[in-house]
Amino acid sequence: MSVLTERINQIIKPENLVYAKTPLLNDDAMHYCPGCSHGVVHRLIAEVIEEMGIQEQTIGVSPVGCAVFAYNYIDIDWAEAAHGRAPAVATGIKRVMPEKYVFSYQGDGDLAAIGTAETLHAINRGENIVMIFINNAIYGMTGGQMAPTTLIGQITATTPFGRNADLNGYPLKITELIAQLPGAAYVTRQSVQTPAAVRKAKKAIRKAFEIQAKKIGTAFVEVVSTCSSGWKLTPVASNKWMEDNMFPQYPLGDLKDSGRADADLYRIKG
Amino acid sequence: MGELRLMKGNEVIAEAAIRCGCDGYFGYPITPQSEIMETLMTLRPWEDSGMVVLQAESEIASIHMVYGAAGAGKRVMTSSSSPGISLMAEGISYMAGAELPCVIVNVQRGGPGLGTIQPSQADYNQATKGGGHGDYSLFVLAPASVQEMHDFVILGFEMAFKYRNPVMILADGVIGQLMEKVELIDHRPRWTNEQILEISGEWATYGKSQNRKKHIITSLEMDSNTMEQNNLRLQAKYERMKEVEVRYEAIECDDADYILVAFGSAARICQKTVQIARQKGVKVGLIRPITLFPFPEKIIAQYASKVKGFLSVEFNAGQMVNDIRLAVNGNTKVAYFGRMGGIVPTPDEVEIALHQRFKN
Repeated sequence: MSVLTERINQIIKPENLVYAKTPLLNDDAMHYCPGCSHGVVHRLIAEVIEEMGIQEQTIGVSPVGCAVFAYNYIDIDWAEAAHGRAPAVATGIKRVMPEKYVFSYQGDGDLAAIGTAETLHAINRGENIVMIFINNAIYGMTGGQMAPTTLIGQITATTPFGRNADLNGYPLKITELIAQLPGAAYVTRQSVQTPAAVRKAKKAIRKAFEIQAKKIGTAFVEVVSTCSSGWKLTPVASNKWMEDNMFPQYPLGDLKDSGRADADLYRIKG
Repeated sequence: MGELRLMKGNEVIAEAAIRCGCDGYFGYPITPQSEIMETLMTLRPWEDSGMVVLQAESEIASIHMVYGAAGAGKRVMTSSSSPGISLMAEGISYMAGAELPCVIVNVQRGGPGLGTIQPSQADYNQATKGGGHGDYSLFVLAPASVQEMHDFVILGFEMAFKYRNPVMILADGVIGQLMEKVELIDHRPRWTNEQILEISGEWATYGKSQNRKKHIITSLEMDSNTMEQNNLRLQAKYERMKEVEVRYEAIECDDADYILVAFGSAARICQKTVQIARQKGVKVGLIRPITLFPFPEKIIAQYASKVKGFLSVEFNAGQMVNDIRLAVNGNTKVAYFGRMGGIVPTPDEVEIALHQRFKN
């Protein structure tokens, strides 16, 4: 036994434990690429569920996209939704089991392109669910094509000369749209590229789940994320690219935190 | 005897859903079946049984709400008419793949495209051959009366859970809008959580307890060998349905020289045709498939060696006729007569067509 191993074994003791992997996250190697934000967000969700003690009451809805296999990693019941339909699937689950915790987990193509109608209407109904939105401005699973949130000039497999507004329109700031909906209780935009950001993102996810118990409308957490494979950058360079290019367009922070609207504001006069 | 009422076909779907203890209805308005959701919203079952009724933003959302709720082990349903069913095809395929029970009502109207709001049976192939992508079958029931609209909601849920498979009630605008006497079942309670555990506890997503593995509702499988096994399991299930669930009605077939084959409202017209033809001395019978999948191929094959011909009568361009030909397998003549575009033929038209098709 080397001196180093001996020293390490002296340190690895229960009384020295400062951090442990939540048992809700299994030991399977994740299929995500190095530098991808999905793994961190999965961990945060698993930790929040564990810390709130709601494992037996929580049902997750996974999307089509890179996170389709989210159900492989977090030890709760899951429904795997068709592309874009996670908010409808979550609505169905929540409506027949209103006492359960239900959350959807979607990427930008799923939530803001093919599933835009399901997204906006679930939130407009004020469904008492949590929606987690991973925005990395690209389609990861299909090989790096343009997403609704792809920035102008950003190169993707289907915008090889950069996104051109004349041809492809503009980046869709769907979270800003969602913040306008009376059914939204809490709308926030977070990131997970630094330990400080991870801690803030976890707080936001925890708050979203707590709001669900209050039944005051939809809690929506966007996580501005990296896709080092799609962006063709190293993980470190991806974080910098995200800070330089994504954050100015998708600024971090809370967009709404007031619970759903008072219906009387929208009532007929008689 | 249960309560008797004079009701519209569409209204009775709603009434039967509430009475049989349905947990939820998710739908989107479309003619000619909007009375289903309107009736549910008027009856407000959430105040009594706790049944959820939700108007979704589209048929796509409706079927995926059904997917989520069915995955939780609940008895849930949707309804639509032809163009809306096309939109639901995605979700129906996913439900078949994930083996989820549900009842889907299609009160057919004429197509293709936006077509017409008048009655039609042009979705026969869509209903019986899958309709969405992938190798799958629905359990398809074809009501020919308001009473059967009622009965098939109850039978539909029974079959849906027996086989963990989506069930389609393939009605048409005539049956949906028709008013008839109907005997209603007494109110049954919704399943309790204990009953759901007993019936669907092995697979449903009601929350993972410490003492079991997580449940995942999905149609996805990346390993080809496993995926082929999944497909084989589905096909074996459809074969079991073919063996034990075929339902049909045979009217005056025993001495018949010719047999009409018709389902739903077309079968009602053909019943009159049988009378007209027999008054003229032509021995005509009627086979009315009640299950369109599984199709009553054995009874048709049996009569194929006895009769001079079958006439398939459909409100479409001739879809079921192909299933009759497969069952007959060349052993007798098979012809088709139908009208399209929302036109419902008269019994006399059918009788003339029978005469023309088989005059030689």
